[in-house]
Amino acid sequence: MKKTISKSTWMTLLCTAALLVLVVLLENVLDPNKNIMVFTALKKGAVYALVAVSMNLLNGFTGLFSLGQAGFMLLGAYTYAILTIPVSQRDAVYYIYNGSAVNFSLPELLGGGAFGLVLGVVLALILGGCAAAAVAWLIGLPVLRLKSDYLAIATLGFGEIIRAVFQWDKLGPVTNGANALKNFPTFSSFNIQNAGGETVLRLSTFTAFLLAGICIAVIVLLINSTYGRSFKAIRDDEVAAEAMGINLSKHKRLAFVISSFFAGVGGGMFAMFANQAQAKTFTTAMTYEILLIVVIGGIGSVSGSCIAAFLYVAASEWWLRFLDAETFVGGFKVPLLRNGFRMVVFSVVIMIVVLFFRRGIMGDKELPDLFKKRRKEKAK
Amino acid sequence: MSENVLKVENVTMQFGGVVAVDNLNLEVNRGEIVALIGPNGAGKTTAFNVITGVYQPTNGAVWFRGEKIVENHPQGKMRQQYKGEHAGEYTQVLAPTPDKVTQLGMARTFQNIRLWKSQTVFDNVLIAKHCRTSSNVFTATFRLNRKEEARQRENVLELLETVGLADVKDELATSLPYGKQRRLEIARALAAEPQLLLLDEPAAGMNPQETEELTAFISEIRDRFQLTVFLIEHHMNLVMNISERIYVLDFGRLIAQGDPAAIQNDKRVIEAYLGVSEDA
Repeated sequence: MKKTISKSTWMTLLCTAALLVLVVLLENVLDPNKNIMVFTALKKGAVYALVAVSMNLLNGFTGLFSLGQAGFMLLGAYTYAILTIPVSQRDAVYYIYNGSAVNFSLPELLGGGAFGLVLGVVLALILGGCAAAAVAWLIGLPVLRLKSDYLAIATLGFGEIIRAVFQWDKLGPVTNGANALKNFPTFSSFNIQNAGGETVLRLSTFTAFLLAGICIAVIVLLINSTYGRSFKAIRDDEVAAEAMGINLSKHKRLAFVISSFFAGVGGGMFAMFANQAQAKTFTTAMTYEILLIVVIGGIGSVSGSCIAAFLYVAASEWWLRFLDAETFVGGFKVPLLRNGFRMVVFSVVIMIVVLFFRRGIMGDKELPDLFKKRRKEKAK
Repeated sequence: MSENVLKVENVTMQFGGVVAVDNLNLEVNRGEIVALIGPNGAGKTTAFNVITGVYQPTNGAVWFRGEKIVENHPQGKMRQQYKGEHAGEYTQVLAPTPDKVTQLGMARTFQNIRLWKSQTVFDNVLIAKHCRTSSNVFTATFRLNRKEEARQRENVLELLETVGLADVKDELATSLPYGKQRRLEIARALAAEPQLLLLDEPAAGMNPQETEELTAFISEIRDRFQLTVFLIEHHMNLVMNISERIYVLDFGRLIAQGDPAAIQNDKRVIEAYLGVSEDA
């Protein structure tokens, strides 16, 4: 029994390592300037995978239907950006407000250089998560008394409020008002350059994968721990869970705070991906995108969320791009193809997927479960 | 020997104008199997819900192992509406949530089976151990509680063997036959390491043979885990066979109490509950 567990753990670790190596190889073999879309999809996919898994922890594993994900991402993104913009850049970024109220930058505080960069970015991401978690704890006090649709509406409202607050003029010296925060370290900052400024080893996509991978691994560990099991018990039957000694309010708040923490980290990573942080990007539509990923991947499946995140991002950003361009075959202009048509096709694709995979791509199974089943059948 | 485990003291539960439980007094002593019976709608499950913290009583108190765990008095609008007795005797408000009550050492099963449907038999029992873990969310996530977790898994396996469910431990709880689901619910309650086990109609929907097995099973676990058992039941065979004392409720009021023989011959009980038989 014990051996099989460690074996599957090893397999998972091995697969993850292989994936990371593959990403590094891919990035250094392919020319990123010619294959922009591939790497955009991979980076955004990694970020969305993390946020989708964090939402799944709440919606799929604890059974709390919350729609505040974009709000928590915003908190994480802003915290990350505010803490990492280099001091020399602050005046340029905050030019409307005559400089920033926060005059330090974590990577520089930690000694600068490669070491300071890595440590500063990681620390800023964690602090971004903590900011989101702290706010989640506060709004969880009143909001978590609600159930299902009502909870969804309340958290949705929170997302809207937080977006409005961050655009508030009076907070300008900190949040830069409605303007974007930029010039902070992004994924590309992790590309290794030689003295001449030439990029020797590209690690930007790798960084995105590594960060998302670590966070998702922690969430998986949590889900498989005694706390994760009690989250599932709350989802399955609240009354029975409470009768068996599971403190509902404590565990719900815990799931909410942890989910928000990783949404915050994901928000920081989204800022790294987008090269800027601006409140108006974290709309309700973003929450719906993530919800869509969770539903398509399978409510209650971590690997489903990851797969769906990449498929979703790749389809919306990359594979369907050709539909937006007017195309001529010989002298014949292909009808319908014009700017915006991509989203029409995309919506149809999603409807078809949901019709054929009622419970999402993975249902509530995980990837290893599929192999296990096959092995069992072989044994028979 | 007759140490008091559970004591329900002047408990009244009133919903609006309806008095579901009216001035209920009962005691369950250590090691006993005590039954609470009564016709449909007599307030048995309501009494259970008051004891386990699901409902807050309108008036009265509940003691568990010599400690007052629940107490309430009519408040707000209820002050005028209150129809029960002993008004004004209770001044404190003690309202633990059901999980606190379970942690104190009281575990229950449900009238309609409430297993965690998406979980396996093993996990259903293992989750009930959660209330006995000492690890916090960090130590649990980063597997710093490996010893405790391993011990819990061992305990659960042992428990499943005792109750005869070890062979189906990896199956989904809902895929079990009805009788075994009932058994699993009891096993889950046992996993919470209770001193007092509350069974709400454990034999509901069982055939005579299954009921007989269950009767033996309840006495067996009582002896093995040194439990005190308090149960609600309609199957008179089961009640008369295993209970040492019986309380009879009718319209929320206690109408009789005593050993099975006395209850069977109690005129009020026969009238109210066992029915006025046609040939009597």
